[in-house]
Amino acid sequence: MLDRDQVLHVARLARLDLGEQEVARMAEELSNVLDHIEKIRELDLEGVPPTSHVIDVVNALRADDPEPSLPRDVILAAAPEPLHDGFGVPSPGAA
Amino acid sequence: MSGLIDLTAAQAAERIRAGKVAAADLFEAYRARAASDQLNAFTWVAEAAPQTGDGANAPLGGVPVAVKDLFCTEGVPSQSGSKILEGYRPPYTATVVAKLRDAGAPLLGKTNQDEFAMGSSNENSGFGPVFNPWDRSRVPGGSSGGSAAAVAAGLAPWAVGTDTGGSIRQPAALCGIVGLKPTYGACSRYGMIAFASSLDQAGPLTRDVTDAALMLRHMVGHDRRDSTSLDYPGEIEVPRAEDLKGLRLGVPEDLTGAEGGIEPGVRESFEATLAVAERLGASIETCRLPHAPHALSAYYLIAPAEASANLARFDGVRYGLRVDGDKDLVTMYSRTREVGFGAEVKRRIMLGTYALSSGYYDAYYGTAQKVRTKITEDFKTAFERFDFIVTPTSPCTAFELGAKTDDPLAMYLNDFLAVPMSLAGIPAISIPSGLSDGLPVGFQLAGPAFSESRLLDAAHALERAIGFDGSKPRQ
Repeated sequence: MLDRDQVLHVARLARLDLGEQEVARMAEELSNVLDHIEKIRELDLEGVPPTSHVIDVVNALRADDPEPSLPRDVILAAAPEPLHDGFGVPSPGAA
Repeated sequence: MSGLIDLTAAQAAERIRAGKVAAADLFEAYRARAASDQLNAFTWVAEAAPQTGDGANAPLGGVPVAVKDLFCTEGVPSQSGSKILEGYRPPYTATVVAKLRDAGAPLLGKTNQDEFAMGSSNENSGFGPVFNPWDRSRVPGGSSGGSAAAVAAGLAPWAVGTDTGGSIRQPAALCGIVGLKPTYGACSRYGMIAFASSLDQAGPLTRDVTDAALMLRHMVGHDRRDSTSLDYPGEIEVPRAEDLKGLRLGVPEDLTGAEGGIEPGVRESFEATLAVAERLGASIETCRLPHAPHALSAYYLIAPAEASANLARFDGVRYGLRVDGDKDLVTMYSRTREVGFGAEVKRRIMLGTYALSSGYYDAYYGTAQKVRTKITEDFKTAFERFDFIVTPTSPCTAFELGAKTDDPLAMYLNDFLAVPMSLAGIPAISIPSGLSDGLPVGFQLAGPAFSESRLLDAAHALERAIGFDGSKPRQ
C-alpha cells in the first residue's frame, strides 16, 4: 500500500534519514499495520464529534504569576554545542 | 535482611513509624538488591540513602520507590529508554516523583522501559531487554517492564510507571503484581517525557492492592504545571472490602470473544476469578462495548500521531545526542534522529506523521478521534448497568524474548484488552488472578472516571479471596 516514494516523503517530513534497507522494511511493516487499521474506515461515523480530550475540562486557566526561570548555565549544561550563551547549530544554508 | 524484603510497602511504612525498623536499613536492603539486579530492571540505582531525614514521620515512612526512566529526576539519568537521551540528567523533577518524595518515598532507582514507552515487551529499550523474574527467558511486558520486574523480584518495594495503552497493567499482569492506571488527569504529567499526551498517565505498580492505594493517594492532584491535571474529588481511601455484595460486573463479549485471541490458560484463570467474584456476592453478566474491538486501530493512529509531534523535540539542539558531520541543519536533525531512535520509535513516528500528513488527516486521525467518542459512549452506557467492566488484562501470559519482535502487528495485539480504557480515560486495575503453566495471569477491573477508591476496594476483596502467592520470584 505504501510505496517507496511515500515512505521517503514521510521520512523527510519526520526528519529521519532512513537507510535503504529501512525504507523497504518500513514500507512493508507500515502497510501491514495500516491494512489492519483501515477497518475503522468502514464504521458509520456520520455526525459523530471527534474526541481530543476525554475528561471534561474547558479553558483551564491559572493566574499569570511570573516565576524565575532555570539559570541559563543549568540549561546549557545539557546542550551538545553551547555557543555565546545559546544553542549552537550548523548553518541552515551549509551544504 | 530477607524479613524486610517480605514486607509490603504499607507494612514496612507502619514498622518504620512504630520504630521497629529503621528507614535507612530498609533503603539499604533494597538498594543492595537493586544494585545487584540480574534482570536489567534498573538503568540507575541510588548510591546511598538520602541524607535529608529518614522520612519516618512522613506518611510513606521512608519506604523507597523505583521510578520509570521517563520521569525527569533532577541530576539523575532520565533517558526514557532511548539512546537519544543517553546520560541526560534533567535540571528538574517530575511533579509525581516530587510528591512521593515529599510524602516520604525517596528515589531508589530508575527503571528500564521500552523506548519512549512504545512497546509491550520491554524489548524496545535502548539499554537492553528486561527479563521476567518468573522465567528469565521471557519478557516482563511493557512498557513499564523494569518497574514491574523490580517489584515482582523484590528489588524494590513498589514502583511508579506510566500507562498510555496498557503500559502499567500489562507488565503488572505478566509479572504477577498489581498495576493501576488512574483516570486521565488524576496525576500531573509534568516532567514525564511525553509519548501521547492525551493518553499518558502515571500510576503505581505494587505488590498488593493496599500498596497501590497508598501510593496513588500521594500521587493525585491538580498541578499548575499541567493544565490537564485535575483536583481529585475526595481522597484515595485504604481499601477494606472483604466482599463484593451488590456489585454488578459486566463481561464485555466484544472483547472477550474470539477476536481477542485470549489463550486458554488465561481464559481459565479469568473464569475462575469470575466464580470467586460471584461467591463474594457480585452479579456477573455479559455486556456490550460494540466499538471496543476498534480501539486498537484508533489507538495506533492517535498515539503515534501525538508521538510524532512530541518527539519532534529530539533534534540534537538542546539536549541529548547530536550526530553532526559538517552538513547543514536539516541533515543534522535527520541524522541525529536516525541514529538516536530505535526501530519501533521510528516506525511509530512514521505512522503518526503519515496519519497527520496532508490528504490523510481526516481519513486517519479524524476518524480515530470519532471512534474514540464512540468507545467513550459505549463505556458510559455500560456503566449505567454495571459498576465495573472486567476482562483479562492481557490475552496471553509472558512470552519468550524475541517471539514477537519481527511482527509489529502481533506485538500490538497484546494491548487489545487494555487500550479501550485508555481511550476512554477511565481508571483500570490489574491484579494477579493465578498462574497458567507457572506464569502469572492478570485480571482487569475498569470503572467510571474517578472511581479509583471503589475499584481498589473491589480489587482488595478479590485479592484476599484469590490468595495469589507472588513470593516465588523474590527468592
